[in-house]
Amino acid sequence: MPLLELNQVCKRFGDAAVLHDVNLAVEEGEFVAIIGYSGSGKTTLVSILAGLLAPDSGTARFDGCPISGPGPERGLVFQNYSLLPWLTVEENVALAVDQLHPDWSAGERSACTDRYVSMVHLTAARDKRPAELSGGMRQRVSVARTLAMNPRVLLLDEPLSALDALTRATLQDEIARLRREQNQTVVLITNDPDEALLLADRVIPLTRGPGATLGPGIPIPLPHPRDRRTLPHDPAFQRLRREVIASLLSLGSRATPTLTRDLILPDLEPEDLGRPRSWSSRSGPLRRQERRTVTLSTPADAE
Amino acid sequence: MSSTSLPVTATPGSPASASHPFRAGFQRWFSRLDWFVLPLAGAVAVLALWYLSSATWAKDLPNPTRTWIASKPYIVEPFAKRGELDQGILRFTWLSLILVAKGYAIALVVGTPLGFLLGISPLFTRALDPIIQVLRPVSPLAWLPLGMILFGGWKGANVSELAALFTIALCAMWPTVLNTAVGVRAIPQDYMNVARVLKLSRWKTLTKVMIPATLPYMFTGFRLSLGIAWLVIVAAEMLTGRPGIGGFLWQQYNALIYEQIILCILTIGLVGFVLDRLMSVVERRFRSV
Repeated sequence: MPLLELNQVCKRFGDAAVLHDVNLAVEEGEFVAIIGYSGSGKTTLVSILAGLLAPDSGTARFDGCPISGPGPERGLVFQNYSLLPWLTVEENVALAVDQLHPDWSAGERSACTDRYVSMVHLTAARDKRPAELSGGMRQRVSVARTLAMNPRVLLLDEPLSALDALTRATLQDEIARLRREQNQTVVLITNDPDEALLLADRVIPLTRGPGATLGPGIPIPLPHPRDRRTLPHDPAFQRLRREVIASLLSLGSRATPTLTRDLILPDLEPEDLGRPRSWSSRSGPLRRQERRTVTLSTPADAE
Repeated sequence: MSSTSLPVTATPGSPASASHPFRAGFQRWFSRLDWFVLPLAGAVAVLALWYLSSATWAKDLPNPTRTWIASKPYIVEPFAKRGELDQGILRFTWLSLILVAKGYAIALVVGTPLGFLLGISPLFTRALDPIIQVLRPVSPLAWLPLGMILFGGWKGANVSELAALFTIALCAMWPTVLNTAVGVRAIPQDYMNVARVLKLSRWKTLTKVMIPATLPYMFTGFRLSLGIAWLVIVAAEMLTGRPGIGGFLWQQYNALIYEQIILCILTIGLVGFVLDRLMSVVERRFRSV
């Protein structure tokens, strides 16, 4: 039985269908990367997995039970860190530890907090507030806070997209390490094919919205740990990368953005000042009867 | 060589005029002292207007010299108590401040939770917002008689004090209520999502997330409320005749002793200014967190 399962999930906001017929099954211990264009509904998808949003139709299940709300067993790392700015690094992490282990003594809880802070190499910055930290450090605090919830599945919502390339590489290695050490089940949402290929066991493309859905998954059978220096030269990696990108592009082209408008041709009259005009009798453009509904669409290969 | 022989014909304010030795020296001196000179010039202008007014069209207005002479005993002995309504100026101020502190405390204790409720519940907002908008602009002068009626029947109660507190609390409450409500509505959804994912209890969500996130707004409200509370005190003391800075002002007016009225006005202004500064220091502390 999969640990995390979506079955024909649809979600719309007002008139806009964001997700349509999404099916997903994540096995225990698996690292799945969901990759898609920005604005295609990735955050909506992860919010449903986390339980922050309920699907309009279809079912979301965790460990066989329907997801009815958020919970510490599905640890969500937010795209924008979402640290509480009035708490220090340690207090932010302690919030999760205290919540999960209210029966522990204060010493046990602070030792546990320390362990998670050191796991993301932030022991030196433990008394700082988020405003004093760099973006990468903030995201590490966010990861530590989520890991401290001892989640059975880690949901990463574009955790590294706001970071510079060097910091991103460091944090990618850390995510890979944490995952190896804890054998953590991970769902990573990303827009970077290389990040997905470096970290994941399976890459699933999300089609372009509106009405985005998940395409067929591509297994990545490259052995862990993967070395970012040698990986790009690996023919298997290159083949998989081509496959992922081709799949993203073909899925993108299937849903081309269209625009439907009523068009009325402009009402031009010849420049003859001697011609008598009666403005009062005109209630609208003369060519209103000739109105046409036109659908404009971007050619697929223009993207 | 040719430029030194030319007369200085540059218009004032242009770089050439600044390079003139005397002018440059004056400008340097002036820019070092303008923090002091400019306010002084403003004060002197107002004093001159005051002298002129009392000498010409406002014959009843005591001029600054007479005001100073008559006010001196109240200033040099600020804590003297010669009678119930004849006390040193700081003693009066102190009495007023105590009353303000009580009324302000009531305003905060009532206003903050009310603001939180308004911020959290749209239903509550829809029910109460119209009545709040109607009651908010009502003057303290209008509330005070109502307070007298409300507490008039209480046996052994100090009706005038209760009515004054009622008025201060009611008038000063609104900025706290409205700012707190706005602050609660402005809590980023991300913070609430963190609370939801961590499954924080209602109490912990309130104390660990909502209150800290709202604090800057709350303190803006607290500061505005304090300003209003201090405004209301004068009206409240005037109408109730309580000893205090406003009561003193009103009494001197009724006794046709106009000299100390200006003293009271200046004191009220200064105290209000100091209170506002103090609150803004506290506010900044919380905003920086």
